[in-house]
Amino acid sequence: MSSTRATQEIPAFRTRGITKIYGGRGTAEVRALDGVDLDLPEGELVVLLGPSGSGKSTLLNIIGGLDHATSGEAWFRDQELTSMSDRQLTRYRRDNVGFVFQFYNLVASLTARENVALVTDVAPDPMRPEEALALVGLQERQDHFPAQMSGGEQQRVAIARAIAKRPGVLLCDEPTGALDSKTGTAVLAALEDVNTRFGTTTLVITHNAGIRKMAHRVIRFQDGRVVEIEENKTRIRAHEVTW
Amino acid sequence: MLHALDRKLLRDLWRLKAQALAISLVLACGVAIFMTGLGMVRALEVTLEDYYNRQHFAHVFASARRAPASLLRDVEAIDGVQTAEARVVGSVVLDLPGRAAPASGRVISLPDTGPALNVPLLVSGRFPSETAGDEVVVTDRFASANGYRPGDRFAAIADGKRLILTITGTVRSPEFIYTLPPGGLMPDDAGYAIMWMPETAAAGVFGMSGAFNDLSLKLRRDANQQAVIDRIDSLLEPWGGVGAHVRELQMSHAFMQAELDQLRSMSAVLPPILFGVTAFLVNMVLGRIVTLERSEIGLLKALGYRDSEIAMHYLMLATLVAALGVCLGWASGAWLSSGMSQLYARFFDFPWLVQPHAIDVFAIAGLIGLASAAIGALRAAWSAAALAPAVAMSPPAPPAFRRGFLDAVSGWLGLPQTAMMVLRGIVRWPLRAAFTSLGLSLGVAILVASNFMLDSLDAVIDTSFFKSNRQHATLILAHEQPLSAVADARHLPGVLAVEPQFDLPVTLSVGPREKKLAISARPLGGDLARTLDVEENPVPLPEQGVLLSAKLAAYLGVRPGDMVRVTLSGLREGEMVLPVAAVTQQYIGIGAYMRLDALAALLGEAPRVTSLNLWIDPNELSELEAALKSMPALATTVMLTDVRKSFQDTISENVRINTVLFLTISALITVGVAYNGARIQLSERARELASLRILGFTRAEVSTILLGETAVLALIAQPLGWLIGGWIAWAMMAGFDSDLYRIPLVLTAQNFASASLVTLTAVTAAALLVRRRLDRADLIAVLKTRE
Repeated sequence: MSSTRATQEIPAFRTRGITKIYGGRGTAEVRALDGVDLDLPEGELVVLLGPSGSGKSTLLNIIGGLDHATSGEAWFRDQELTSMSDRQLTRYRRDNVGFVFQFYNLVASLTARENVALVTDVAPDPMRPEEALALVGLQERQDHFPAQMSGGEQQRVAIARAIAKRPGVLLCDEPTGALDSKTGTAVLAALEDVNTRFGTTTLVITHNAGIRKMAHRVIRFQDGRVVEIEENKTRIRAHEVTW
Repeated sequence: MLHALDRKLLRDLWRLKAQALAISLVLACGVAIFMTGLGMVRALEVTLEDYYNRQHFAHVFASARRAPASLLRDVEAIDGVQTAEARVVGSVVLDLPGRAAPASGRVISLPDTGPALNVPLLVSGRFPSETAGDEVVVTDRFASANGYRPGDRFAAIADGKRLILTITGTVRSPEFIYTLPPGGLMPDDAGYAIMWMPETAAAGVFGMSGAFNDLSLKLRRDANQQAVIDRIDSLLEPWGGVGAHVRELQMSHAFMQAELDQLRSMSAVLPPILFGVTAFLVNMVLGRIVTLERSEIGLLKALGYRDSEIAMHYLMLATLVAALGVCLGWASGAWLSSGMSQLYARFFDFPWLVQPHAIDVFAIAGLIGLASAAIGALRAAWSAAALAPAVAMSPPAPPAFRRGFLDAVSGWLGLPQTAMMVLRGIVRWPLRAAFTSLGLSLGVAILVASNFMLDSLDAVIDTSFFKSNRQHATLILAHEQPLSAVADARHLPGVLAVEPQFDLPVTLSVGPREKKLAISARPLGGDLARTLDVEENPVPLPEQGVLLSAKLAAYLGVRPGDMVRVTLSGLREGEMVLPVAAVTQQYIGIGAYMRLDALAALLGEAPRVTSLNLWIDPNELSELEAALKSMPALATTVMLTDVRKSFQDTISENVRINTVLFLTISALITVGVAYNGARIQLSERARELASLRILGFTRAEVSTILLGETAVLALIAQPLGWLIGGWIAWAMMAGFDSDLYRIPLVLTAQNFASASLVTLTAVTAAALLVRRRLDRADLIAVLKTRE
């Protein structure tokens, strides 16, 4: 499989000694991330693997600008995320990050197109909502409400919503976790397509080890640390992923 | 083009429509009452000022027995007096065509040069010609009530002389915006006439050539009012002056001010309650929505929406609910204001009334309405903005319940688990439970206050007419007469009993405090007009000393046994110091009472009479009325049965209006609070209740848990509502307390019971609406959805 990823000097993400501690002051201290160092090159599809509580989601939250690290540094390209204020992080998310969640997190009272418009209303250089929905094959369903769509369709709306702003990175937390294999494959194909077509750096958290073969790079977490980084010489296509 | 977030806003509003409407209606009520109060107060103030200025309404009024016309120059020379006008004023009995009962009237002279003060405003026809002896203008309301037009004639009996008067025109006067007939409690347009007659003719009728008995003054801006009054009093004293008074004590003006005070207190009590309830409801509902939408808020933050945009989103939801309420409030406020204007037009005689719904009144009411919703929304909007985006993405932790005091009690009582769920819900959110109870109690309190008003007025009628002034009629004589007038009256047809009364104008003083009024002297053992003690039992007139009404005694700062100085005014001179024998209960006006023979002895003269109280055989009423029309020396007659009837009629009409108004307000508050409270519990407990259904609980059992909390809070609200209602009633009683009238604090068990019955019914209705939702809800589906 040919890759369109750009080889640049500056990685998309770089972390040094990132640590996140929850609790303390009377309650038991939980070290969710414990000094993680990572370099994630631009344009890659990266899979984060590991058991529950191993720190994958915490890392995603920190490099997605949703949460602050307790210590250490995290960089997006040349911006230091760990020194940003809440306001700057909001700006960062608005301009650069697309999120896809396990439970889709669509606004129930908005149609597919309107859910995508939530993003295009505030992003600096978005595509049209219809265009984003067409990319995930949902142009026919754009006026349906979430309750009128299957889980796979809802997750594709969530992906359309994430890519509509033409984000620099796409962060996906268990995007197929709630889906059966058929719809899961369709969602993975959409992610793969975005990564290939736009060169969007894509991080996917999953419990499904089958997905790792799609990735350029696989990072394994355990107890808040990175225990293994593996680069795939050969990758399989989304439809080849087995569940 | 609507943004996606705005669409969410509109759809959320639509989803919440029932709850939003309940809140909007409470707010609408607040806005309507606030703007009606503010609008009417301003309209009345502006109208009065305008009317008074244009028609030169006087600042100071005085009357005397008979003062020489030359005295007017001395009055004009008083420092601070800008204009002074002397008039002749007298009472007449009217024999109106087609009316069996005698009517009464007041004749006021029109100076030959045209009136300079208290200028009547011509409505139709013309003023009488200076030289005419039988021409009058009458108030437009008297003419309308009797169907008179210029050119019509009627008979007046003045001092026993019968005159045929021709109406040349109709007028309005700033002196008579609100007019009570002598002894009356309500205006009587058909039976009481104010008429203006050329000076020469009036002087002829009342024997006042070269003299006057009524004085009006306009003061300069820098005038010392009290100094002018003191000077007037000393000038008029030799001529039977009974004391000058300021505009504030002028009857019509005083009633207008009392009405304004009532309007102001209405705007000060009800709207804050309604705005407060609105803020609470918005707070409660929006707080729940923010809890439910945690993940959506987190999503919006992840998408890059700023905290301020998210806070604004929820503030806008509250604003839209408030906007609906404000619009409804504006519409009903405009309707209420025009209803009030019509009501005022019935009781008050204005030539015009400034529009009560000015644009700024709308604006102020609207802004306060929006602000109250916004204040309620602040906490929820703030918590939405403050949610950390990562935290918002995970569901909230279950609320922290702890075993505590309650568990010990329930273990001891053996309460079932379902009751525990209800009680723990209350204890877990104590502030919300407290505010819900408070909100429901305000619904009760408003009804208690409204019921109190009726009970209190009933007590006023009972005390004034059935315990105190039991006579059927009072004849007010044109002049003092010897006691033989009693025997003369007894010979009138249909008269079963006659009791005399002698009203002596005096100034009562204790130290620096003084009050001008008339001491009413009555015979010992009188059974018609009676004095009552504070427990409302008849209290006999003392052999020595004076009885004072409670309000008067409080003003003078005296108690039984204390002494008051009595300075005679009118034609008598002298001063005496009398002990206060007892304090009496009286709701209308103020009074001082003595024994007729005791007062005569103190004055050193034979007992005299100024009015006669009659007990009448109703079968001979028409013969009596005919006889009174030609009775000499009669100033006016007061038919107390008619007075009572018109008072009761007016009250019962106001009762109808008030009942509808207060019932509506109370129901809106109660339903608003109960419905929203139960909806929120339904939303919070949906999963629990679904689980219970699956465990085999019946719908009824599940409903009990859902509505149990509302029921418990509604029950707690009852005694609290009685308490607050009692307090409002007390405040109303204090607000009504004036020299003109006051009302007793009457709080009955029926009052509390009916207030509770109404509000508990409203709570039940609201609860049933929510229960219907619960019955229809697919509880299995609820379990499957992720909160």
